Amino acid sequence: MLQVQGLQVSFTVYTQGLRQRRLTVITDLDVTVRAGEVVAIVGASGSGKSLLAHAILGILPHNAELGGSISFQGKPLTQARKEALRGRAIALIPQTVAALDPLMPVGEQVRLAALRGGVPAAGAREVVAASFARYGLAPEAARLHPFQVSGGMARRVLVSTAVVGQARLLIADEPTPGLHPEVVTETLGHLRELADGGKAVLMITHDIEAALRVADTVAVFYAGTTVEQAPARDFAGGGEALRHPYTRALWRALPSQGFVPLPGAQPAPDALPPGCLFADRCPLVTAACRVARPPARELRGGTVRCIHA
Amino acid sequence: MPEWMSFAGRKLLRLITLLVAVAIFSYTLISLSPIDPVDAYIGADMLLISPEQRAQIAARWGLDQPPLARFIAWARELAGGNFGTSLIFNRPVLEIIGERFIASLGLMATAWLVSGLLGYALGILAGARPGSLLDRAVRLYAYILASSPSFWVALLLLMAFSVGLRWTPICCASPPGLLPEEVTLAHRLHHLILPAITLSIVGVANMALHTRQKLIEVLESDYALFARAQGATTRDLVRHHGLRNVALPAITLQGASLSELFGGAVLVEQVFTYPGLGEATVQAALRSDVPLLLGIVFFSAIFVFAGNTLADLAYRLVDPRIRIGAATP
Repeated sequence: MLQVQGLQVSFTVYTQGLRQRRLTVITDLDVTVRAGEVVAIVGASGSGKSLLAHAILGILPHNAELGGSISFQGKPLTQARKEALRGRAIALIPQTVAALDPLMPVGEQVRLAALRGGVPAAGAREVVAASFARYGLAPEAARLHPFQVSGGMARRVLVSTAVVGQARLLIADEPTPGLHPEVVTETLGHLRELADGGKAVLMITHDIEAALRVADTVAVFYAGTTVEQAPARDFAGGGEALRHPYTRALWRALPSQGFVPLPGAQPAPDALPPGCLFADRCPLVTAACRVARPPARELRGGTVRCIHA
Repeated sequence: MPEWMSFAGRKLLRLITLLVAVAIFSYTLISLSPIDPVDAYIGADMLLISPEQRAQIAARWGLDQPPLARFIAWARELAGGNFGTSLIFNRPVLEIIGERFIASLGLMATAWLVSGLLGYALGILAGARPGSLLDRAVRLYAYILASSPSFWVALLLLMAFSVGLRWTPICCASPPGLLPEEVTLAHRLHHLILPAITLSIVGVANMALHTRQKLIEVLESDYALFARAQGATTRDLVRHHGLRNVALPAITLQGASLSELFGGAVLVEQVFTYPGLGEATVQAALRSDVPLLLGIVFFSAIFVFAGNTLADLAYRLVDPRIRIGAATP
């Protein structure tokens, strides 16, 4: 359904007056999502992974530049095609209720999403009502404004906006931040259900535990690259099946897996090392690691960027 | 206590403190001014009055009292609704203000509506496509108008349309020489049009620039980005999210613009010799008509306050966060 290869996102920024500089936030991102599958991109907060969603939907700011290739349903996803497909074939489930217009009742906003997604105006109200019923929202909730809805209701409204059009690919940007555990379970259940219904779901999150509860594949994002794509079942035991040392470190840092912290921090986008991006924190690092960035290669049903794997 | 009552109470308290402040400041300014009330009252008959008679008038008016006692006496009369008698017109001040205000009302209401709506429309058009040719034209227009004094714009329009093209009359609210009962509505409108246009085009600048800026902010907001992700075009965004979200600050601005409108009307009415409240203000100031001047100061304070209060009320009706948020605590 969706194939992203070598994606690069960089920004032209001004430093000190009129001096321009290119700041590369995503350097090399690969991810593949198939119909019926939930793929999670897992990375630290603030590492720029939300830009992937914006890049797929063609809503990056004007000073952004895009490299690499994105293809959707087998054809390259150009800006014109993004504009034609967004809302109709590709839908975004945004992070917070801030993505809703503060002055408009939520039902009206779901209806607008349906119209933008190509639902004929005559049937839009029924589609909205059906989607409200499906996600357990009372019909009266349609008249509430965003400031009146609770966190859990907001999630259901946001999911509704994405499913009222007939989108084939859903991108959920941080679907579980700061939510009540029950709401997290419910939200993840919705994503799984959508994938089981034949849609492709790309979930962007910093919460590896949440990701593992629903995802079929996990792509690990580090310093602007996907260091590994692994089937979710590989996250087991001591992490022996995992391919990249960073993935293994992430896995072991979980409270349930020993809470082993990984010292250091990700390199900043303007100070990336020339070699492997993880070299400075890697327990396996050798001189060869610092020469060039390891390319992605297939390994045991996943991919990895590490020469030692 | 219901929400609207505490709102009304707060507003009333503010109005009272405002009026007390206006009374103190304007009284102090007038007593520091070189206007001598007796001279202003006697006017041209100055030579016929002996110094003894002057002193008698001064004593009768209480001018021999200390300033504080005079202020209190004056404020007491004001509180009772007695604004005194205009020296120029020799009629009660309130009557003059009422009459002149009716004449100015058409002018100010037209200008207020036209500048508000036109400014809003231009701001939306410019803000929807920042950097476009239309946006640059609107900004150029707004910057030029914002930096032009209204009396100067009035003079230019007068030269172009009344002197050059002879489309509009050169002065007054009705053709000179006609009796009041002979004046038709068409006459009035014909005389209103140029002053109203002047006030309108001068008032557009503020609203247009402000609306443009707000719309740009809305179009960069998270909810606009999400709407784009749903496939919304700029037109869709402006229509469904822009107009409403920009309207809120615009209402406040439009309420606040009443004070500028009042100031603008003073100058524009003077240029067109339009017999409204603004023209009366200039007359009162030039001819030392202190009661009328103070009356107008008070009236304009109340007028501007009323405008801001109406804007507040409208805001509360439009913004669901206040309307519903206040009803369901």
